[in-house]
Amino acid sequence: MKILRKLLDNMKPAFEKGGKLHIFHSTFDAFETFLFVPNTTAKSGAHIRDVNDMKHVMIMVVVALMPALLFGMWNVGYQHNLATAGAMNFMSMFWFGFLKVLPLIIVSYVVGLGIEFIAAQIRGHEVNEGFLVSGMLIPMIMPVDCPLWMVGLATAFAVIVGKEVFGGTGMNVFNPALLARAFVFFAYPSQISGDTVWIAGLSAKEGIVDGFSGATPLAHVAAGQPLPSVADMFFGFIPGSIGETSTLAILIGAVILIYTGIGSWKVMLSCVLGALGTGLLLNLVAANDYMTIPAYTHLLMGGFAFGAVFMATDPVTGAQTSTGKWIYGLLIGVLTVTIRVFNEGYPEGMMLAILFMNAFAPLIDHYVVEANIRRRLKRAKI
Amino acid sequence: MSNVIQIRKGLDISLKGKAEKVLTKISGAAVYAVKPDDFQGITPKLTVKEGDTVLAGTPLFTDKHRPEINFVSPVSGTVQQIVRGDKRKLLAITITPTAEQEFLRHETGNLNALSREALVAFLLKSGAWPFLKQRPYGIIANPADQPKAIFISGFDSAPLAPDMDYVLTGEAEAFQKGIDVLRQLTGKVHLSMNDQPAATSILQKVKGVEFHTFKGPHPAGNVGVQIHHIAPLNKGDVVWTIDLQHIVSLGRLFLKGVYDVSKVIALVGSEVKKPRYFRMISGACIKPLHDYINTAGSPRYISGNVLTGTNIGAEGFLSFYDSMISVIPEGDHYEFLGWANPFRMKKFSVSRSYFSWIFPDKEYALDTNINGGQRAFVMNGEYEKVLPMDIYPVYLLKAILAEDIDKMEQLGIYEVVEEDLALCEFVCTSKIDVQDILRKGINLMIKEM
Repeated sequence: MKILRKLLDNMKPAFEKGGKLHIFHSTFDAFETFLFVPNTTAKSGAHIRDVNDMKHVMIMVVVALMPALLFGMWNVGYQHNLATAGAMNFMSMFWFGFLKVLPLIIVSYVVGLGIEFIAAQIRGHEVNEGFLVSGMLIPMIMPVDCPLWMVGLATAFAVIVGKEVFGGTGMNVFNPALLARAFVFFAYPSQISGDTVWIAGLSAKEGIVDGFSGATPLAHVAAGQPLPSVADMFFGFIPGSIGETSTLAILIGAVILIYTGIGSWKVMLSCVLGALGTGLLLNLVAANDYMTIPAYTHLLMGGFAFGAVFMATDPVTGAQTSTGKWIYGLLIGVLTVTIRVFNEGYPEGMMLAILFMNAFAPLIDHYVVEANIRRRLKRAKI
Repeated sequence: MSNVIQIRKGLDISLKGKAEKVLTKISGAAVYAVKPDDFQGITPKLTVKEGDTVLAGTPLFTDKHRPEINFVSPVSGTVQQIVRGDKRKLLAITITPTAEQEFLRHETGNLNALSREALVAFLLKSGAWPFLKQRPYGIIANPADQPKAIFISGFDSAPLAPDMDYVLTGEAEAFQKGIDVLRQLTGKVHLSMNDQPAATSILQKVKGVEFHTFKGPHPAGNVGVQIHHIAPLNKGDVVWTIDLQHIVSLGRLFLKGVYDVSKVIALVGSEVKKPRYFRMISGACIKPLHDYINTAGSPRYISGNVLTGTNIGAEGFLSFYDSMISVIPEGDHYEFLGWANPFRMKKFSVSRSYFSWIFPDKEYALDTNINGGQRAFVMNGEYEKVLPMDIYPVYLLKAILAEDIDKMEQLGIYEVVEEDLALCEFVCTSKIDVQDILRKGINLMIKEM
């Protein structure tokens, strides 16, 4: 490692102020701090600091995403095999999916990080690690057949309009990954809805078994057809966006996030309670077929679990206060089920519910903080 | 004893180098200094020049805006140097001590017969006034104020903090006298103890104070936290605070008629060979302590604790309000792929994504590396876990960054000083300089109000 350090130390002067390559100093800095935790010492305030830093937090979230991603890759192969009545074994299914998903991940990271590096350079800031997570989330919430250029375009839109115009990670209002999905959803609706996009090769009709539908459970319900079995939905043997299908894999991620304290269990739990409560309420009304499905199936279908665990818990775009988190999560759950059941145009409610609550999170926090201020003022009169 | 107030939020950082209860004699320092930066909220105006002879208790400078507040020499000797920094800012007045300490003698008379005005005037003249700090803002008390009460923390909960019961051994008489003076001055005196005071503690036997008991992790020993739980500060309220050892000095002033700021300090930290206690005079150069320190690795010398202290350098001076010197390693080295490694056993984290939570009793030798780069606020809920106050720290800090005076006031800037938010700075994933931001906000409040 000493050789590497020496190499960096030799290169460093060129990137410093006055050096030939100063215009690339943020890029150099990003690679240097990636390889080595910098030698910065506390100049003021506390002389010792917690060892935890942003890179570590972000990489822990990526680790939490791994079960869902790996399962997603396998499921891409499994669904394709099902649709084509092929004879793939476990490893070849995974390999098929891996080859399908990897380009999406590469495009997302290259486009997103490229923009991040440029933005950091313009601002003279260090490159922020936030995109390590967003860059992994974006491919995981896309249909596997989404064209690469579309993923690139959506990523660029999300990073520029969703994040950099607000000032970068920590300043953004909307979850960048969800913004990327929303961009595709509204700009190219045919590529992210319907029955054929969720399974690799289905839209191109390459050797598809006759009568194979490829519809997601949400589409089944909307069409009044019977749902897949609860076990299939829980383990994730269903079509859907790459990372969202297996509730089990997502739960493993949730355990990692809650255990390390990075994701808020309050948000996750209140999302679940909101969705369950609304589902049960609709069961009571039971005016149509959709209202009669068991409330818990809402938790297993579509992007609910993935959104509740990895999207709603985004510390920047979600509610910041403890009380606020309960309200924020609860409303996400309520809205998701409401959108699913009452709006025929949008079979998936999670994305819109979270984006909508992202917009309202500051308002929720505002009222929580105002309550704190009133509490202090009341104290003054005594 | 009163009810126990349980503090649940906070953090005890267990560090290597806790002081053994041994009081060691060392030779007196070759030079002393009074540093105007130790005193918040004043503008120093010199009253001596280089070469002047001073006694212990002779004024060195006053506050430009309140010239009645004297800041006096801790020792007798000759003014060696007036140290100035950028823009001729007064950094320190150094004094070469005489072999034998000579005090400026004061006539104290009968304390009970003194009026409050006469008492205030005497404290201002004798140089004891800067012992008193006020909340809000943590600045030197204003002589014109009549505070609601005075609050004293009877213990220090900071990392490696000295055992105050031990420090005060044998000072019962002076301490009681000091408390009597404070009662005369403010009426009500609140003294907060921790839930396990030593049997020998002189504090338990003190008369004329209202006792409170606090239990829980740091910052339970911070007087600001105690005030928040006993009688929270509101707009317009003023209370005063004073350190334990300054109460002793105050008592000595009335018992003996001299300004005597000698105190017991703890020398602690992982770079100290034999962590223990020493008797020193406030403002002493710490060079005589080098025999007890592992100076080879050029460590960081901190007057005060590792969370709030001042970096004073190898030959710096004990600051006015501090009862400890912490010596820890500097951290100016690189760590290959450190952020990706969850097994950094020599480092400490409150996050469970590291494994320090498995070893709660392990003592760490933490260095000064900030372990990352500075970022915008990203994580939330971190600060709240270590701040036992009904305050939203991030919102307060954001109000300060936005220079929104109204919001700062509403969100509780009157109740906190840097030390109360020091743990927030410690745990911050974004490595934000919380204490700096807070002091800027406090200075802005003082300027605008």
